Amino acid sequence: MADIEGGTPPMVVVRRILWVLVAVAAVFGVILAVGGGDGSKSAPAASAGAAIGGPFTLTAADGSTLTDRTLKGRPFAIFFGFTRCPDVCPTSLARMAQLREQLGPDGMKFDIVFVSVDPQHDRPADIGSYVALFKTPIIGATGTDAQLAQIQKEYGVYVRKVPIEGGDYTVDHTAAIYLMDKDGHFVTTIDYHENDKTALEKLKRIIA
Amino acid sequence: MNPSIRTMLAATALVAAPPLLAHGVAAGALAIGHPWSRETAPGQKAGGGFLTIRNKGKTEDRLLSATSPAADDVQIHMMKVEDGVMRMRQVTGGLAIPAGGTLELKPGGYHIMFMGLKKPFKQGDMIPATLVFARQGKVAVRFKVQPIASTAPMEGGHGGH
Repeated sequence: MADIEGGTPPMVVVRRILWVLVAVAAVFGVILAVGGGDGSKSAPAASAGAAIGGPFTLTAADGSTLTDRTLKGRPFAIFFGFTRCPDVCPTSLARMAQLREQLGPDGMKFDIVFVSVDPQHDRPADIGSYVALFKTPIIGATGTDAQLAQIQKEYGVYVRKVPIEGGDYTVDHTAAIYLMDKDGHFVTTIDYHENDKTALEKLKRIIA
Repeated sequence: MNPSIRTMLAATALVAAPPLLAHGVAAGALAIGHPWSRETAPGQKAGGGFLTIRNKGKTEDRLLSATSPAADDVQIHMMKVEDGVMRMRQVTGGLAIPAGGTLELKPGGYHIMFMGLKKPFKQGDMIPATLVFARQGKVAVRFKVQPIASTAPMEGGHGGH
């Protein structure tokens, strides 16, 4: 370092050795990546057969911890989305609020849970003020990337960030509402395109 | 009568005609009905806008873009639910309003996306925006903010659905 001019030839040698090491590392990296790709074939197959639902830990809108155990004892309808979602999220949550109203007093026999899969934008308090707009109790929650990855895997929820113009992104996500019984076991889903009559029958099944 | 004069007269008639819809806008051959949006919560940084555009003319027009002082960026998006997954994409190249046809931006399809809201949209607010058309040019509209549970424009001022 101190003797730059005198040390030029050894520096060149060192630099060449480093470049060779980089090249070797790159080749190994490619081999590892290709090999890893071949070896992980069984992973998706294993999760496909697994039951929907399971233990999770999230942060609720009020900052408290929300887990599968918090929800135990009451059936719940759970929906995954994000507050910047302009269409399917408000439509689905408003629909749940409406269906709940149609059920009369029975409508309060299940919880509605909204999980934001976009914690980068949605802080728990933001989710709280968002769900409050629907004029019916909705449990809002989100989590760390790892916590969300876990619940998304358990529920088989598809989530993909898609970049849009201006450096921002939108989030493609599963639009189904998952209906779970009071023990947290999966019963069925309400599809985005499904009519109210079928949806109400399904809700009656989980609160029965 | 000279066709261009006829078009001009028709256009004038349209501009002069009182708008049929509560806060619709007539601009040349285009009749823009009921721009509306949903209320947003503090911290919610985006909102969707919906409207219908009728083209009474004999030539196709295109909705190219929109701007609004209420948002950092305004884009045109398409949403669809396919195989249970909601996908939203930015529309590039604009949306056609065929001659004699109607373009609908409504829940479950196309929407105007207000991004980076300067402040939350409150029920009853009228959000100013400028739509840019290939032929008609710039048209000023106002999106009426409705309850978040709305799925269609509401007639009149108040009330649920």
